[in-house]
Amino acid sequence: MESVKIENLLEKYFQGETSIAEENELRNYFSSLNVAQHLEQYKPLFGYFSLAKEPQFKHEIPLQSKKRTVAWLSIAASVVVLLGIGTYAYYNLDVANKSQDLGTYDDPEKAFRATQKALSLLSDNVNVGIESVLYIQEYQIAKEKVFIETKKNSGGS
Amino acid sequence: MNQNEFVLLITPFKDKVFRLAKRLLVSTEEAEDATQEVLVKLWSKNGNLTGYNSIEAFAMTMTKNYCLDQLKSKRTGNLKIVHTNYEDKEPGLEKKMEDLDSLNWVEKIMDQLPVQQRLIIQMRDIEQYEFEEIAEILDMKESAIRVALSRARKTVRDYMTETHKYGIS
Repeated sequence: MESVKIENLLEKYFQGETSIAEENELRNYFSSLNVAQHLEQYKPLFGYFSLAKEPQFKHEIPLQSKKRTVAWLSIAASVVVLLGIGTYAYYNLDVANKSQDLGTYDDPEKAFRATQKALSLLSDNVNVGIESVLYIQEYQIAKEKVFIETKKNSGGS
Repeated sequence: MNQNEFVLLITPFKDKVFRLAKRLLVSTEEAEDATQEVLVKLWSKNGNLTGYNSIEAFAMTMTKNYCLDQLKSKRTGNLKIVHTNYEDKEPGLEKKMEDLDSLNWVEKIMDQLPVQQRLIIQMRDIEQYEFEEIAEILDMKESAIRVALSRARKTVRDYMTETHKYGIS
């Protein structure tokens, strides 16, 4: 009785017209112990289908593809370089600004005093020079005295 | 989409991808490579994935295309791994082999089928996809799939009954 039904199912199966449920029925029948003698030949076929569903993919999946990390690395590197250039430029501009400070005063009184101080410093230094030149003048005076006398002497004789 | 979400998304069908690749490429190592390749490609698509109504079907199509490409390049490179793969297993395991023999016969017969029929029988009889899904994956009409499937099943049956009879006589 059951084998007749199975034979019909098999007929449909080989025509490619069975549904998933009917195919499962066939599978169950052939995996059971009481398979009719004349249908024994189909046993390995359905046995194989169940067996073939077992292999599994157990490998790790390398999700982070290499291209992606390279891209991120280059982005990070360029950010670091930019930051470096940025900070360098920032500090250097600051130094330049400081060196352009000419020591100007906003308060006129302070400015006057500073000018005075600067001028007195200048005149002090100039005077140092003059003092040393004054010695030369002494020589000149002495020389003139000597030469005048000799002139007078030679003229007199 | 982060990595965990992606892994959750692919877990239900990554084994199917692997088995399909194995059916077409035969060698386990090559099938593993193919699966990895397909999954990484999926991951690199990432944001666009939601655009496909069935990611599983999309993945299966990718697998099919990838494997067919592999087979094509292998054929031009004149590399045949197909048969060496079995012969390695046979010596030494004879006792076990006897029990598995008929199952291995089915596998051998299936590996002799044309690629198209192998694809269809894998997806229908092993992964148990509905015809509608197979049609989407292979971009074929359902009727054509039924015809190919029927042909494949009958071929396997004919080989089986032949070996069955030889076994008796």
